[in-house]
Amino acid sequence: MTTLAQTPDEATTAATWTAVCPLDALVPERGAAALLENPDGAPVQVALFRLLDDEVRAVQQLDPYSGANVMSRGIVGTRGGEPTVAAPVYKQVFALRSGDCLESGGKTPLPGHGAHLATFPVEVRDGVVHVALG
Amino acid sequence: MSSEPPTTTARHLVVVGGGMVAQRFVEAMRARDTAGAWHVSVFAEEPRKPYDRVGLTRYFEVRDPEELTLGDPALWDDPLVTLHRDCKIESIDREAKTVTDRLGRVHHYDELVLATGSNAAMPPIPGNDLPGVYVYRTIDDVAALRGWVEAKREANKVETRRGVVEKPIRGAVIGGGLLGLEAAGALKALGAQATVIEFGTHLMGVQIDLGGGEALKRLINDKGISVRAQTATKEMKPHRRTGHVGRLDFADGGRLDVDVVVVATGVRPRDELARAAGLEVGERGGAVVDLSCRTEDPHVWAIGEVACIEGRCIGLVAPGNTMAEVVVDRLLGGEATFPGADTATKLKLSGVDVASFGDAHGRTEDAVELVWADPLAGVYKKLVMSDDARTLLGGVFVGDAAPYASLRPMLGAELPGDPAAFLLPEGGGAGAPAIELPDDAAVCSCNNVSAGAIRAAVTDHECTDVAGVKACTKAGTTCGACLPLVTKITKTELERAGVEISTALCEHFALSRAQLFDAVRVAELHTFSEIIARFGVVPEGAADPGRGCDICKPVVASILASLGNGHILAGEQATLQDTNDHMLANMQKDGTYSVVPRMPGGEVTPEGLIAVGQVAKDFGLYTKITGGQRIDMFGARVEQLPEIWRRLVDAGFESGHAYGKSLRTVKSCVGSTWCRYGVQDSVGMAVELELRYRGLRSPHKLKLGVSGCARECAEARGKDVGVIATDKGWNVYVGGNGGQTPKHAQLLAEDLSSAELLRAIDRFLMLYIRTADRLQRTAPWVEEYEGGLEAIREVILEDSLGICADLDAAMAKHVEAYEDEWKAVLEDPAKLARFGSFVNAPSTPDPDLAYVPERGQKRPATRDEIAAGAIDPALVGPVLVSGPTLEVRS
Repeated sequence: MTTLAQTPDEATTAATWTAVCPLDALVPERGAAALLENPDGAPVQVALFRLLDDEVRAVQQLDPYSGANVMSRGIVGTRGGEPTVAAPVYKQVFALRSGDCLESGGKTPLPGHGAHLATFPVEVRDGVVHVALG
Repeated sequence: MSSEPPTTTARHLVVVGGGMVAQRFVEAMRARDTAGAWHVSVFAEEPRKPYDRVGLTRYFEVRDPEELTLGDPALWDDPLVTLHRDCKIESIDREAKTVTDRLGRVHHYDELVLATGSNAAMPPIPGNDLPGVYVYRTIDDVAALRGWVEAKREANKVETRRGVVEKPIRGAVIGGGLLGLEAAGALKALGAQATVIEFGTHLMGVQIDLGGGEALKRLINDKGISVRAQTATKEMKPHRRTGHVGRLDFADGGRLDVDVVVVATGVRPRDELARAAGLEVGERGGAVVDLSCRTEDPHVWAIGEVACIEGRCIGLVAPGNTMAEVVVDRLLGGEATFPGADTATKLKLSGVDVASFGDAHGRTEDAVELVWADPLAGVYKKLVMSDDARTLLGGVFVGDAAPYASLRPMLGAELPGDPAAFLLPEGGGAGAPAIELPDDAAVCSCNNVSAGAIRAAVTDHECTDVAGVKACTKAGTTCGACLPLVTKITKTELERAGVEISTALCEHFALSRAQLFDAVRVAELHTFSEIIARFGVVPEGAADPGRGCDICKPVVASILASLGNGHILAGEQATLQDTNDHMLANMQKDGTYSVVPRMPGGEVTPEGLIAVGQVAKDFGLYTKITGGQRIDMFGARVEQLPEIWRRLVDAGFESGHAYGKSLRTVKSCVGSTWCRYGVQDSVGMAVELELRYRGLRSPHKLKLGVSGCARECAEARGKDVGVIATDKGWNVYVGGNGGQTPKHAQLLAEDLSSAELLRAIDRFLMLYIRTADRLQRTAPWVEEYEGGLEAIREVILEDSLGICADLDAAMAKHVEAYEDEWKAVLEDPAKLARFGSFVNAPSTPDPDLAYVPERGQKRPATRDEIAAGAIDPALVGPVLVSGPTLEVRS
């Protein structure tokens, strides 16, 4: 089974694809964290989300509002049909496809962090989830 | 101590008396005197702050004088207010403009306000000074009465061959007015028998007519209170042996044996200061004032029950409050005059609805009376109308006072439609037309709040709910009788202002939590997908209802759990859970979790303590005792949770549900098994309750407490359900909480057996679970429940909705189906698989966790400490105790 969750564009073609886990290791509508390495060898934590139709999305695991690595443990849902995740600490809501913060709950991110989440390209090839880094 | 005001610019205002009207006066003065022109000194004879005398009977329930304190206590900390308690004023010197207190201190005044109120009148019946004869006026009167009844109860215990027999305590109340009936209710509440002796033809003769009096008598009899009307008491006779009051002899030759007598025949204005100062007093007492509440001395005013206004004294708080407002206005340069007394009254006796207002006796010329009577049900309703049957002149309601709140403010106005529609029982007629109250209609007579003021609270002060309106206007904060009307006006006004008071959960569900609960229960749905397909709304611009969100998913998870749908991590349910429920632990700020094993009633064996300590030590966890009498272990990583719980379950522990919107703990004191004072086994009861309700999912967390005696060491009244032992059983209180807005729980029922206690709590909790809003704790739920605690009491103790069997069955199902959530996880590899740190490295700890030592334990490092490299890598804890590849034992 191959699902192309995101059309690779110019920027991602240069990226390094990493095989992370079988798609079946991800529970639909629940996140999972992955511990990966950037091309420069630095560790990076990614939150993976498998949606009901097997679309897979990846955003940064670091919650910019609490500073904890917890985004994978938020509740998955939708806002106006757009898939979202709510941060489990202070409940900010982020769009999974764009990483945009849709509801900040009146809070500001910690110093040195942006309000939105970084996103990572994801492909499912032969039942294996791949994430592009770099 | 200086008696002079601390500022030289403010003029000195002396208020003599510290009752409800004095309190209102000071409150109004401080609210309106923004320039600080007046320093107010209040001299109160009683040793306490002004309290709610109208709610005196409630003292039997709350047993704490502080609970009856009126208004915001911060009022008395105002630098422009001085309260002298236990400091009676003995004399007034109008010439020198001074008053002298009981200690002989002289205080100068610029203006003097008399608010000395009334004394309970003691009729000149021989024997009225015998021990055991009481009046009903102050907290001290009520406390003394209670002490007497309790002493009599002991004395009435008789040892017989068949064991100790308790003779009933026979009480009598002389006077069948408002206060007499409340006193009779108080005697019943103390476990005494009560007979009301009324000189007139019927009860509450001042307020209601004969027909209403007859209906009221039936209702009072149903409460177990006897009534003797048209009876004059000739003499009170002492008991031969004790010398205490023992018998009442009546003018008609009848007799009644008694152990206690309460005299409630009326009040006398306390005008002795006014008399001694040479001020004019009325024919039947009271300092005579004009419509500005000023006496003949331009610097002396009188307000409340001591004021003789329009030729009479008025023994009700609402007109007194109005007088207070009038004098404040005058002292600030206004021109207010007393608009006439609103003598509307409502009896505050549980389960007996009586209200009257306006010309209740139909004394207006050519008045027309419309009466609806249902003698069997004890209902009597009457409207007094002008001769053309259009203008409302007054009304009497007995047995069903529901129309009172909306009709009373219409006094003197034309009623829309057929007035009879207001009298017919609900559903019996076409329904009463909706009343649009004029802005000047008084809604809350205790605090003199008009319909217009409530509307302004919404439109001008931007209050968006009833709680906000109450805080802003004080409407409904004294006796609460007007709350349904306040709620109605607030809602209407919010709708009109275009403020949509949406009860919708979120964009996915237009239903409130309570509606969704019923819908799911009735439709017998078991998964989120079914529920959102059936009841979800399609958001604008979307093709389907979507997949829920962080608001509705936990609500649905809670509803499904309350209705008994198996393990909270079973199937699709797992995707609905908040991280705490999903990990069955409490997430902390660094993304690790805390772990709390259940210790029912706060009881733990030495072996259990050692096991918990060993687990915390082995996993490097920070430990702390919680407020709920158990142990919390912090800093557990996701991948450590299963092994930690394997150890705890093996040691005999189970999930403490500290992570759930569910029963947390039942706190207890040590009780009669060890304590010298305990009268019941509070720990045993707490354990029983905790094991009964453990795992019960609810709209918010639930905390219970059990105290073994009235000393209340378990602080049970700060809990959602508080149980306090009595020598006869258990008292149960509901709707308390700590937190940001602390609230004492209110008495639901007294002296219950253990079985009755469980049944009452079962039903209370189930009703709450079914009807409360999302994240609404029991205190606001009780407050907002239609009809309040009284209605809840009727539902769960008298089965007024006929749902008790259903509630009981639901709780029985919960108790039956309980399983330890953690044990079930440990036995199921699919559920265990959720507890990996990383999907590609399930047993690798989060590399960013960092700790520093503090007071012999660890805590998360701050950002600065991390930046400075001050972290201690050893404190992250054992890196690999065991991963989720944990062996599964069967």
